[in-house]
Amino acid sequence: MGINFRKETFRDDFSFKNSPEQVRRFPFPFNEDAYMYAVNIEPHVPGPRNSVFEHLIDVDEHYISEMEDRALVLAEDPLRCQSLPHMTLAGWDLLELLMVEKAKSYPEHFSLTRDGDRWRWINRPLGIDDTFTFGDVSTLPYGPMEYITRQSQGDFAILDQRDGNLWMDAGMVTTQADWSLDFDIGMNFFEWHAPVPLAHEKGIFTRALKFLTNIQQGQPARRLNWTMTINPRLDTSPENFHKWGTDRLTVTPENVGNKVHLRVELQSFWRLPRSNALVFPIRCYLIKMDELVAQPKWARRFHRVLRDLPVELADYKGLTRYRPTVVEWLSKYDDGAPTSPGFGPD
Amino acid sequence: MSAGTTKLNVTVTDVVAVNELVKRFHFERTDGESLPTFSGGAHVVVEMRDGDRTRLNPYSLMSSPLNTRDYTISVRRDDSGRGGSLFMHNRVKRGMEMVISYPVNLFSLDLRARKHLMIAGGIGITPFLAQTAQLAASGSNFELHYTCRSEALGSYTDMLRDRYGNRVNLYYDDRNERIPLDRLLATQPLGTHLYVCGPAGMIKWVRDTAAQHGWPDETVHYEHFAAPQPGKPFDVTLAVSKKDIHVGEQQSLLEAMEAAGIDPPYLCRGGVCGQCETNVVSYDGTFKHNDHWLSAEEHCSGKKIMPCVSRFEGRSLVLER
Repeated sequence: MGINFRKETFRDDFSFKNSPEQVRRFPFPFNEDAYMYAVNIEPHVPGPRNSVFEHLIDVDEHYISEMEDRALVLAEDPLRCQSLPHMTLAGWDLLELLMVEKAKSYPEHFSLTRDGDRWRWINRPLGIDDTFTFGDVSTLPYGPMEYITRQSQGDFAILDQRDGNLWMDAGMVTTQADWSLDFDIGMNFFEWHAPVPLAHEKGIFTRALKFLTNIQQGQPARRLNWTMTINPRLDTSPENFHKWGTDRLTVTPENVGNKVHLRVELQSFWRLPRSNALVFPIRCYLIKMDELVAQPKWARRFHRVLRDLPVELADYKGLTRYRPTVVEWLSKYDDGAPTSPGFGPD
Repeated sequence: MSAGTTKLNVTVTDVVAVNELVKRFHFERTDGESLPTFSGGAHVVVEMRDGDRTRLNPYSLMSSPLNTRDYTISVRRDDSGRGGSLFMHNRVKRGMEMVISYPVNLFSLDLRARKHLMIAGGIGITPFLAQTAQLAASGSNFELHYTCRSEALGSYTDMLRDRYGNRVNLYYDDRNERIPLDRLLATQPLGTHLYVCGPAGMIKWVRDTAAQHGWPDETVHYEHFAAPQPGKPFDVTLAVSKKDIHVGEQQSLLEAMEAAGIDPPYLCRGGVCGQCETNVVSYDGTFKHNDHWLSAEEHCSGKKIMPCVSRFEGRSLVLER
């Protein structure tokens, strides 16, 4: 059975919403009633059917509309996609990874035929049928990273590994939670994480870097991160803060259910074979509060997490202005009953 | 705990005597699938089942990284070593099934380099065979200086000369030829990266000379897997798993732990990657540190040991394992 792709927008009239099936597969990120940083990394292996972990590269009902939104962002601001000169080989690595995984997981939507370096790629949802020479940039309409990430949901950060550190030397970043590739390009792991509060003191980044630099081919890893977004806007970038920052002032008790979204990032970490670089696909999933509270366990738990979140984290995630309104709204769905362990709905 | 990397089941498809000391081994996947692509400089850990003993030795991949049909490694016979190279030379035959790890690269090219200057000694040529293939395929600028004991013992010299012509410079010890290192390091264009692989003394010579010439550390890359050295047997108490183990003369501490059913993580088994770093709970004796991972201060501190290559002499040693 193929995916029933939705036609929707992430700007202007904000027609985005999740089907009931998509709500059930939402990667709810809290396994207990409180949240604090942890190095919550686990092996990225295929998970249960009908979950976002079923396939290593997830394609869902928002695919076509998300790719249209990415094209709009890039038309306005080409610097959302950058690749330093030494990262082209890593771009080919990423192109291979995404084509192979998609063709394997969704054969009804994607096909890849390889005859030596001569590759044919068919992307039926986007109406693409291209034949090109692997490794020859002149045979594609864009560089290899840009070509394939214009056809792949989520942001992509490609990190060069050298001198015991990771360097943000390429990426496609249009669905980000308020960070800028153009600002971070060329920075190392500690530099681009410098704004994160509390975690440096806990030594989290030192341990995380040690883990990431040892990620091996064939053994990808993943973690979930989260924030909140007002209106289902994918492009919450610093570059466009003037367009979305004021949305935070528009939350009222009456519109929380439709306007306020939990935003979850599924971050995965892969060693790329030819370049020895790492790629971090950062996939964004949005869910409206109205959709979230359809699962009573998620409603109770998210109420408690948001209510008890340390002030520093609420400030960093940009939730401070509207948090009381959302906590008050969510409290109607929290009868104080205990919640069951684990992430999933009851 | 995951020890090392994903494993590959392979079949030995050829064994070729390169010269009197070196043999080349070809591996293909037993299930007929393609092997993973890798990057020049990567190694695999080869598992050698020798009776009830398993040896795990790292060897650099020397085939082209773009070739996913077979992997090749070259092994120099070490008659005074602990037996891994002798096992490969004497026991491994065509048709044998073996287990190797996924490729791991701890000696990666810096792809920002405008020129790659490579210095190899003896069997240290193997990672450069893969790296030069990768660089030549992408039209990159490289230059190789390769020193061997004699023409008869020079592995792959003809092949390298055929492929890359005067980008390959050969030096033979028995003709008293020596790499003109000072001149080389003083005359490189801006943006050159230096790579060295060979005996420990050569690596030290190249690194020290580069430092004297003002080369930044970030532009000097070296690979030195210290093969575990044999030594006096010693006893160790593993505090976490509550086991007492004995490390034999020809055994490494890591191997003794594995024989006792403890599975510390590893990637290189050569004192480089840092994975098997182990805390010392208490000791009465002297450490024989042989790794390139811990700092000089850590070596003196008595608080850490790398069980893949380092040993101990004394009355008691308790480790946090």
